Amino acid sequence: MNGSTTTVVSAEKLSLTFETNDGPVHALSEVDLEVKKGEFVSFIGPSGCGKTTFLRVIADLEKPTSGEILVNDMTPEEARKNRAYGYVFQAAGLYPWRTIERNIALPLEIMGYGEAEQKKRIAQTLELVNLSGFEKKFPWQLSGGMQQRASIARALAFDADLLLMDEPFGALDEIVRDHLNEQLLQLWDRTNKTICFVTHSIPEAVYLSTKIVVMSPRPGRIHEVIESTLPRERPLNIRESRVFLEIAHQVREGLRAGHSYDE
Amino acid sequence: MLARSKTLPLLTVITALIAIWYVAAIWMNSPWQLERYEKAGVDWNFSQLVDDTLNQQRPVLPGAHQVIEEIWKTTVQKKITSKRSLVYHTWITLSATMLGFIFGTLLGIFLAVLIVHNRAVDKSMMPWVIASQTIPILAIAPMIIVVLNAIGISGLLPKAFISTYLSFFPVVVGMVKGLRSPEASQLDLMRTYNASNQQLFWKLRWPSSMPYLFTSLKVAVAISLVGAIVGELPTGAVAGLGARLLAGSYYGQTIQIWSALFAAAALAAILVMLVGVVDRIVMKRMGFVSEKVEA
Repeated sequence: MNGSTTTVVSAEKLSLTFETNDGPVHALSEVDLEVKKGEFVSFIGPSGCGKTTFLRVIADLEKPTSGEILVNDMTPEEARKNRAYGYVFQAAGLYPWRTIERNIALPLEIMGYGEAEQKKRIAQTLELVNLSGFEKKFPWQLSGGMQQRASIARALAFDADLLLMDEPFGALDEIVRDHLNEQLLQLWDRTNKTICFVTHSIPEAVYLSTKIVVMSPRPGRIHEVIESTLPRERPLNIRESRVFLEIAHQVREGLRAGHSYDE
Repeated sequence: MLARSKTLPLLTVITALIAIWYVAAIWMNSPWQLERYEKAGVDWNFSQLVDDTLNQQRPVLPGAHQVIEEIWKTTVQKKITSKRSLVYHTWITLSATMLGFIFGTLLGIFLAVLIVHNRAVDKSMMPWVIASQTIPILAIAPMIIVVLNAIGISGLLPKAFISTYLSFFPVVVGMVKGLRSPEASQLDLMRTYNASNQQLFWKLRWPSSMPYLFTSLKVAVAISLVGAIVGELPTGAVAGLGARLLAGSYYGQTIQIWSALFAAAALAAILVMLVGVVDRIVMKRMGFVSEKVEA
């Protein structure tokens, strides 16, 4: 597959400074990163390390102060206007007045898909996140984990090759989280999407990623990029394997060296 | 179980209110009654006093039975086309209320949309909207009537305008809040879809604002009625509940005033309830879990 060499996101000396009342906050400082097609990249680090900000810059929800960033060889704004990515927020953010199928139809309606095409895609994506049969339910009738799956389905419904996920499972309990992680990997395997995933959890990052970006705060920057040596096929119990623990250790050391554990 | 637990306190309160009402009626009507006894030189006892004070022609405070009797006489026992029919007068007021309510709602929504979408309007309009409500409606109502009369508009419309003047306010305030209620992440989501402003409005802002709209409408419909009644006062008391109130006070017909008051109160309650019913239907169809059902 020659697609594996295509660059989806490339950032060069990317910086972003927020001007606040307490003076400037350096959310991102000189960030260089390449994300290749089909990769699963996790961003990990403590609060204030700029991981969410970086995701938001890719999504054109924040404008960088300086530096270069290209998404699918376009500026983030062009990429956004081309609907190049699906974004999953920490809160599922489903519209309470829409049923699950209408929620997934939301981006399709906005992007002008036809009635029949919408139906087909709703059925496909619901099947992909194991929510078939819940079409007519309202969000409040679903558990938190199911709501988050529906919000992932919503981001998958249209043809974006890039999936940006900002701590999507952060608010869920660990058992649900394990389950969703497993499903997310299967989904990634089936759809061959590129995924950028922000997380606080070391096991989550190691389990999911092909590449782990360790970030550190003040100023927000990339401390280390760790390429995972885990196989693509990852059952849940891979997390007890030596390789897994070694990578996890490496991530923790990276975080420590980046002063993430300092007060 | 629920009905029982709610009915008992309700009945207790009503009984207490009626008891207070009757005690007050006897107390307030007795001076005039005692004077009459003295003039006529009759002997009287307490039970006779009670009986007489509650059956005066023009009492200071009529008894509940007198008001109910008057309402019965002027609704069921009169043709509704008659000028003495309370139904007729209620209808006159209701039509002005409804027209004013509809205008007020549309105007309120329109202003809220402008305020939410335009910073300049936001800064310049809101103070005027608030200032408009600080002017006593009793002062401005006659002027509206006179000015509109001068340009040939009379009858229903001037009253409806006064209703509009009052009822647009809660709608503006509620809708501005409602249209701004979507969270930052919901707005971000629409941005990631590259949604147009129209799509953002109809698919996010408008549905988000519905609970706020209905809360405002309940207030708006009640003060629309107040507006219509106030609007009837300076027109020379031709027709409507306001006219009944005014005519009643001219001629000392306290029973008529009280029955018009009760008609107005009942009408307000029914209107608010109707808005509540529509609210519940819309919320249910929109999938919002209605927590207000029990309230």
